[in-house]
Amino acid sequence: MSTPLVEMRGISIAFGGIKAVDDVSVDLMPGEVVALLGHNGAGKSTLIKILSGAYRADAGEIRVEGQVADIGTPRDAKRYGIETIYQTLALADNVDAAANIFLGREIVTRWGTLDDAAMESATRQVMARLNPHFRRFKEPVRALSGGQRQSVAIARAIHFNARILIMDEPTAALGPAETAQVGELVKQLKAQGIGIFLISHDIHDVFDLADRVSVMKNGRLVGTARTSDVTKDEVLGMIILGKCPEAAVRGPGAMADS
Amino acid sequence: MRHLEVDPRLVGMLGALAVIWVGFDLLSGGAFLTPRNLWNLSVQTASIAVMACGMVLVIVTRNIDLSVGAMLGFIGMVVGVVQARWLPEVIGLEHPATAFIAVAVGVALGGVIGLMQGSLIAYLGIPSFIVTLGGLLVWRGAAWWVTQGQTVAPMDGRFRMLGGGIEGAIGATASWVLAALACAAIVAGMVMLRRRRLAFGFPVRPGWAEGVLMGLACLVVIGAVAVANSYPIPVGVARRMAEAQGIAWPPGGLFIAHGLAIPVIVALMVGVAMTVLATRTRFGRYVFAIGGNPEAAELSGVNTRRSLMMVFGLMGALVGLSACIATARLNAATNAAGTLDELYVIAAAVIGGTSLAGGMGTVAGAMLGALVMQSLQSGMVLLGVDTPLQNIVVGLVLVFAVWLDGAWRKRIR
Repeated sequence: MSTPLVEMRGISIAFGGIKAVDDVSVDLMPGEVVALLGHNGAGKSTLIKILSGAYRADAGEIRVEGQVADIGTPRDAKRYGIETIYQTLALADNVDAAANIFLGREIVTRWGTLDDAAMESATRQVMARLNPHFRRFKEPVRALSGGQRQSVAIARAIHFNARILIMDEPTAALGPAETAQVGELVKQLKAQGIGIFLISHDIHDVFDLADRVSVMKNGRLVGTARTSDVTKDEVLGMIILGKCPEAAVRGPGAMADS
Repeated sequence: MRHLEVDPRLVGMLGALAVIWVGFDLLSGGAFLTPRNLWNLSVQTASIAVMACGMVLVIVTRNIDLSVGAMLGFIGMVVGVVQARWLPEVIGLEHPATAFIAVAVGVALGGVIGLMQGSLIAYLGIPSFIVTLGGLLVWRGAAWWVTQGQTVAPMDGRFRMLGGGIEGAIGATASWVLAALACAAIVAGMVMLRRRRLAFGFPVRPGWAEGVLMGLACLVVIGAVAVANSYPIPVGVARRMAEAQGIAWPPGGLFIAHGLAIPVIVALMVGVAMTVLATRTRFGRYVFAIGGNPEAAELSGVNTRRSLMMVFGLMGALVGLSACIATARLNAATNAAGTLDELYVIAAAVIGGTSLAGGMGTVAGAMLGALVMQSLQSGMVLLGVDTPLQNIVVGLVLVFAVWLDGAWRKRIR
């Protein structure tokens, strides 16, 4: 078996005495889609914010391609090729698509000023791949539709050669057609060997896209299973009851067999 | 109009300014639109305009700075004491370096005070409203302490040039040279931008539209200089200058023009520099991103706290510069200088289209806003309107302008 792209081992974090994430271990192989499931408040987003550098874990370690990675800020995470698309999309509404895509990583001319033309050109290229109908390059992101905003957020993540992509509730704000579009994109990125964490509280959104599912409940890992080995109902049982089916690898948060 | 791709709000503001100017001119029987009045108006606007440039960035980050007026008072006192009491003892009276040292002290002191307030806001998370409200009281008190309330005067001769007046104007020839340089820069800048967009195959304005814009911009520059150059210095002063240079006083008198005032040139240079900073640098981009969505900026790896602190530091440095202009203009440092300036500066930025919700605003708009405010005030003085009524009008105009701007923005959305 090859080295996982990302390995998170025994991750814990507490906020004011409450353990939001408690001894959770997950991993991700190249070209694999792992869905991270659980109710709202199960700790999925917190776990993933540790990987993307927004929080620092109290305990546990992160390995990227087998090497221990020290991730303390979003900048660190990006250096390891970890890009995140947040549930809230985290776009600055008042500036245009190019400014958002390059935020924090602007292209500058040799005098140190912003090279807007080069950034717009790169934006046109990456958007042509994601959303060929996109034309509103000069307008503030506020004026765009939900799907267009989503493609800007995705463009920001993939333009910088991400190897690991984290998508937090990627289809929460989208209509059916746009959801299908995101699904297509996930398959396309997967074919390029990018590892993807999909986070969702709705199993139907992600079950068909994912190779494996990891389920969290009350901050602990219930278990991890291949989607080919388990049914949707069994995964629902993991999410709601914490009941780990035979075919899954048990985690510390699984309900004791009675 | 559509082909010109100009900001309709900027056009609206220029229209409002034109209405105000023509209106006052009609009401005052032609006393408003005279070279003399317009020249004075430009000098009066300079100090507020410089500070408004910094206030735009502060407000864009969803913050406010209420301390600028008090800071101006304090820094003005320090600058006055430095050049009128300390430096004469160290390097002698009217030493050529005095003015430079005084300005450097003012700008540096302002920067330090701004960074101090900014670090409280950015790193300790105290709301900017509170920090700068405290600053308003602290620095106004400090302004008194510098000399126990005594006024310091007179200022250094070269330093006084910063305040305008006859010595503070650069004369006709230099003004035309500046105008030519400015026009050349405008044309070169627009041509370069167009070439760059064409090189990437992006859509550009039609050629004629580009030409019209260039022509209009150059016309404004040339017009401003023509006005400044048709305001003669007083006969008595001109006669003395002629005698000093050994020129015979002709029977019809001599026409010696003021030309552009130094404080106005300083303010315009600050405006250009701040526009470049706001729109062409990473720092400016981050300032706007923070204003649009602080969380997104933080998650994108922008050091939001440092940027915020720097914005206040910059605001402070500009207040330092304004303090020099105001002190030089008054030819004295008083601890009441800058009283209520914070409100004029904020009003200028807001009238200029800066949104208090953050994320929106332009430096050029704020400078125009400052000019609108000053035009109103100066026009009412010309008409002999009582001071209390002046304040009432300015207050009403501020509220009306913000309502109009908000209504316009809702309509286009």
